[in-house]
Amino acid sequence: MKLHRITALIVRHLYLYRRSLPRIMEIFYWPFLDLVIWGFITLYLARYQSQVPGFVTFFLGALILWDMLFRAQQGITISFLEELWARNLMNLFASPLKPSEFLAATMAMSVMKVTIVSIVMSVCALLFYSYNILIVGAWLMPFVLNLVITGWIIGVFTTSLIMRFGQEAEVLAWSMVFLFQPISCVFYPMEVLPTWLQMIAMANPAAHVFEGMRTALGAGAPPIEDLAWAVGLNGALLVGVVAWFYRTVAYCKDQGLLVRVGE
Amino acid sequence: MSSPVLKASDLTKRFGDFTAVNGVSFEIRPGEILGLLGPNGAGKTTTIQMLLGLVTPTAGSIHMFDLDLSTHREEILQQVNFSSTYISMPQSLTVEENLWVVARLYGISDMARRVNDIVKKLEMEEFRGKVTRKLSSGQMTRLTLAKAFLTEPRILFLDEPTASLDPDIADKIRSLLKEERRSSGLSILYTSHNMREMEEMSDRIIFLQRGRIVAEGTAQDIVDRFGKADLEEVFLKFAREQGQSSS
Ligand SMILES: Nc1ncnc2c1ncn2[C@@H]1O[C@H](COP(=O)(O)OP(=O)(O)OP(=O)(O)O)[C@@H](O)[C@H]1O
Repeated sequence: MKLHRITALIVRHLYLYRRSLPRIMEIFYWPFLDLVIWGFITLYLARYQSQVPGFVTFFLGALILWDMLFRAQQGITISFLEELWARNLMNLFASPLKPSEFLAATMAMSVMKVTIVSIVMSVCALLFYSYNILIVGAWLMPFVLNLVITGWIIGVFTTSLIMRFGQEAEVLAWSMVFLFQPISCVFYPMEVLPTWLQMIAMANPAAHVFEGMRTALGAGAPPIEDLAWAVGLNGALLVGVVAWFYRTVAYCKDQGLLVRVGE
Repeated sequence: MSSPVLKASDLTKRFGDFTAVNGVSFEIRPGEILGLLGPNGAGKTTTIQMLLGLVTPTAGSIHMFDLDLSTHREEILQQVNFSSTYISMPQSLTVEENLWVVARLYGISDMARRVNDIVKKLEMEEFRGKVTRKLSSGQMTRLTLAKAFLTEPRILFLDEPTASLDPDIADKIRSLLKEERRSSGLSILYTSHNMREMEEMSDRIIFLQRGRIVAEGTAQDIVDRFGKADLEEVFLKFAREQGQSSS
């Protein structure tokens, strides 16, 4: 991998954001709306705090963490879509840029977006609802890292599908991640799912992160097992999805699709 | 005679049952301008895309600078570039920002000087700070040519490079191309539907029809061989044959 090629792509996206208010707004719009709506619901439900202990903590924490996953995925997929919309893929793939460098650049973009959104959301939660995300404690960092990686996995998967099926599949950039939401057990424990769905959720690293978060916040027990599952699954799935991305690039080159996408 | 910078051997591309390029072999020598001619759908773009590693050949091999493209993609693509009427550049960036990104992508040292030189050479000073979306089609073509020149390639692939340029700029671009090949030994593969331009620019021409090479040589050779008045008449002959066989 060559750093100058990765930074070239990052610089290209920074130029883009520098001049585009709608793009900057897009980063904040959904997290902010989520926070407003769910924040008020939580405030309302907090009246019944005694019936569901720790409810507020679970809910807002889960919301902020889910948004990190969502942003991580968007960071990857939208960066690809920007190249598709700009009809710039041919310039990139006919340059010495390697697919691995392309992915590394989109992952760096994803980390930037997650960082910005997390800070904004955490500060807003603190200001509006006096909610401090740091109460999740020392486990917060490993949780966030795992969610970002799960976001990458969904992002790379979605990108491969758009590359393969063209602009018709573009809507997946926004919808795919919500397919994973029910089985990520963001707002409820895994045990409420029917058994067959629990089996599927078990294979989703994000579900283990959210289980772990509830364990850490609830009983205060260290969520070691949940984290171990998340790390193991993330590792395996990341390798798998990157291999799938490489196969998709090869398939698109064989079918002449790389130069046709975007038209 | 110096060894070729590009050697395509038996290049074939099939999309399903359809053969777009069929056993095409050719070479380009240092400093040579090779014209690729053929009617719509003859396989010119597919050939160039294979040479750029964007489309994988079904059979055959591509060597540039004595390296195999299938195993030395990065080294080869560092030394080639292309411009085409079909490509675009990121629309929300300014002309200059786009050139900076390309300079970084290819790891060009002394980026500022290179960008300035190329902007001057292609007479782009007037619109260097403009957002790409606001360029006229001729200015856009100059930008894609600038990005191709910027990386100081040893081989340039140009797909209808002067199609949307006014005669004055088109003439300057042609002079620039000739000057570059004289001064730096740049080799060029060129497609155009402008037969006069082809005659003026190309040292040698390859005629493609339905994915096969049907004629090869200097413009004069080809015109003489088919007993026609000029290249345009030869082109019409091949285009009509291809049209008849596919209708
Ligand atoms: N990805 C693809 N899948 C299927 N067929 C393709 C694909 N790409 C090109 N073709 C077909 O291959 C043939 C050659 O196309 P190509 O674009 O190379 O022609 P061309 O000589 O560049 O034509 P033009 O002058 O119109 O640009 C055409 O019949 C085209 O429909």
